[in-house]
Amino acid sequence: MSFRQKDLLGLRDLPPDDIRQILHSAETMRFVVNQPIKRAPHLLGKSIVELFYKESTRTRLSFSLATKYMQGTMSSVSFEDNENPRESLVEIAKTLDRMGADTIIIRHPMSGAAELAARNVRCSVINAGDGFNEHPTQALVDLFTILQHKGHIAGLRVAIVGDIMHSRVAKSNIYGLTKLGAKVSVGAPATLLPSGLERLGVEVFSTLQEAIIDSDVVMVVQVKEEMLKELRVPSKGEYGRFFSVNDERMKIAKPDAVFLHSGPIIKGVEVSSDIINSPCSLVEEQVTNGVAVQMAILHMFSKRVGANEITY
Amino acid sequence: MKLLIKNGFVIDKSGDLFGKYNILIEDDKIFDITPDDISEEIATEVIDAEGLIVAPGLVDMHCHLREPGFERKETIATGSRSAAAGGFTTIACMPNTNPVIDNKTVVEYVLSQAKTNAVIDVYPIGAITKNLEGKCLASIGEMKFAGIVAISDDGRPVMDSNIMKNAMVYAASFDTPVISHCEDTNLVCGGVMNEGYYSTIMGLRGIPASAEEAMIARDLVLARSLNIPIHIAHVSTRNGIQIIREAKAAGVLVTCETCPHYFSLTHEAVLGYNTAAKVNPPLRSSDDVAAVIEGLCDGTIDVIATDHAPHDPESKNCEFDRAASGMVGFETALSLGITNLVKTGKMELSDLLYKMTAKPADILRLNKGRLCEDGAADIVIFSEDEKRTVKAEKLQSKSKNTPFDGKELYGAVKYTICGGKVVVSQGELA
Repeated sequence: MSFRQKDLLGLRDLPPDDIRQILHSAETMRFVVNQPIKRAPHLLGKSIVELFYKESTRTRLSFSLATKYMQGTMSSVSFEDNENPRESLVEIAKTLDRMGADTIIIRHPMSGAAELAARNVRCSVINAGDGFNEHPTQALVDLFTILQHKGHIAGLRVAIVGDIMHSRVAKSNIYGLTKLGAKVSVGAPATLLPSGLERLGVEVFSTLQEAIIDSDVVMVVQVKEEMLKELRVPSKGEYGRFFSVNDERMKIAKPDAVFLHSGPIIKGVEVSSDIINSPCSLVEEQVTNGVAVQMAILHMFSKRVGANEITY
Repeated sequence: MKLLIKNGFVIDKSGDLFGKYNILIEDDKIFDITPDDISEEIATEVIDAEGLIVAPGLVDMHCHLREPGFERKETIATGSRSAAAGGFTTIACMPNTNPVIDNKTVVEYVLSQAKTNAVIDVYPIGAITKNLEGKCLASIGEMKFAGIVAISDDGRPVMDSNIMKNAMVYAASFDTPVISHCEDTNLVCGGVMNEGYYSTIMGLRGIPASAEEAMIARDLVLARSLNIPIHIAHVSTRNGIQIIREAKAAGVLVTCETCPHYFSLTHEAVLGYNTAAKVNPPLRSSDDVAAVIEGLCDGTIDVIATDHAPHDPESKNCEFDRAASGMVGFETALSLGITNLVKTGKMELSDLLYKMTAKPADILRLNKGRLCEDGAADIVIFSEDEKRTVKAEKLQSKSKNTPFDGKELYGAVKYTICGGKVVVSQGELA
């Protein structure tokens, strides 16, 4: 099976077979990560650039380590003054492309930024989170983690709860999980449920209990600052009281249900400490799997293609 | 100089003209309109309009010419040429320039540039509030005497209801129409496209229809309580139109406009972060588009205005959130009306033209937009049936930001005559 995608912009448009292929490759990469000498040749001679308009220690580090484990070179560019950029995203992406980057990993506070960059360069672009749009790499990590623990995704009931409105992770997970046959329910305060969500093939609830009941997987997505700035909930305290995942709420999931959170976690607001430390929590596993999945992604998307397709 | 337009099919609903007429123009006025033959010998120039529609020159009461301040996007000269290419002979430009058209000096500047450089008639619209800030009234009376035809803070709503009330009362004493950009910024909440399924899947902040409707309702309450007219700019939602419909039925002095893109495109046009389709108000759902067409057909919506909003490539080839709102509109407006309203059987061509000529002229208190003896010789001659493909790079506007690039549309302007002067001839600018 050939892998034809130039860019990884999201899971909405990624065919299910491509998702499966990445997850399959991540199995191999996890083996590499667990070796005493972490060396694989997949990125030998490849140039990877991280273009981060918004800081994310975890994503950045795991991509960096993934590149090093596969003997690629990693360069990082950060922009703090995103409000008043001296150079536009298009100009910077073109510059990196001309400098020979094979892959640009981009994190940006605005939706569609990765797609904009991808349209203007020949090299591959990996979306490491853009605005409220998608975070496909994190969703692939989550899918991989669920797959490892449950052995399958088709037929699972997965509850995604939290600040759905502002969560790119939730969206990518919805696309990925539904494509692979899971039944997804979503739970959040009604003010944090974006319109038309049902059309993505998920059940939508304004209480956590309704979303979580009988779930195989409970996934919590981050609460964002926007939630309070936009006055969508009265306070973090009230959110925590009615919408945090605690022991009591976790009990209405299936007895063998697992818990995921892509971090960083606001304890007491999004989830109680006892859940994070309980055997059902796969939070640490997600971090380890992060490197393996990023390795798989970099391996598959670092084949410079389509040199004649872009005209400047 | 005498120009004879012969054999054309003349349509002017306001003058009850619908049929074959010959028109004789002397200098800048129409000398004669008659079904009878006029000898070519008395004319210095003859246009044979056989098979073509002859109508009053189009009047646009809502456009942006970007001068002064944003000449990289458009100038009064280039904007007027673009308008002429689209069949317009009279346009009124919004005040969101730099400096803002909020005082007599800028009004005079715009008028002097128009007089020197424009190929058609250009009238400025003054700001409601100083620097469009919504805080202090601009010098409305002074601007009126300098030559504005209306006031508007277009692009920004006047959020303070008391300021809006005072603006309406004050402007009415100068017989100056108030054009309201209806948008409750609190409900917009940073939104960049219509709120709904597509904003969700693209992760873009949505603008609810209620942001427009809440402000329309406020302005109609003011208009009703004051018994003063108000003109609502670019309506785009079903409920907004219904609110206006009910207000009209109740006798509120309200008129309103929509733009070609609101009856031609839905929010799906934004898919793929297509910044060419980013406008404010945003493109709405198919149900809203249907409501706009209903509103046009039943008379709730009085005017079709272009909201011609040119932007340079840098303002559009960027992140969707960062991209400027607006699309160029002069050169596609008539064709979009013919294609999506007339050719679909929803509206008579005479009604379409009325909403693009006499009605906007009446609202702006301009003696334009109609064909009559001794009236201004402002005329458009076009083919209703000719198909053409929109090519962005061929547009006369300095900016090329259109989502209709590559679209095949009916309607081709052959001649634009402004004040008796042929500005567009055989489809080409003179």
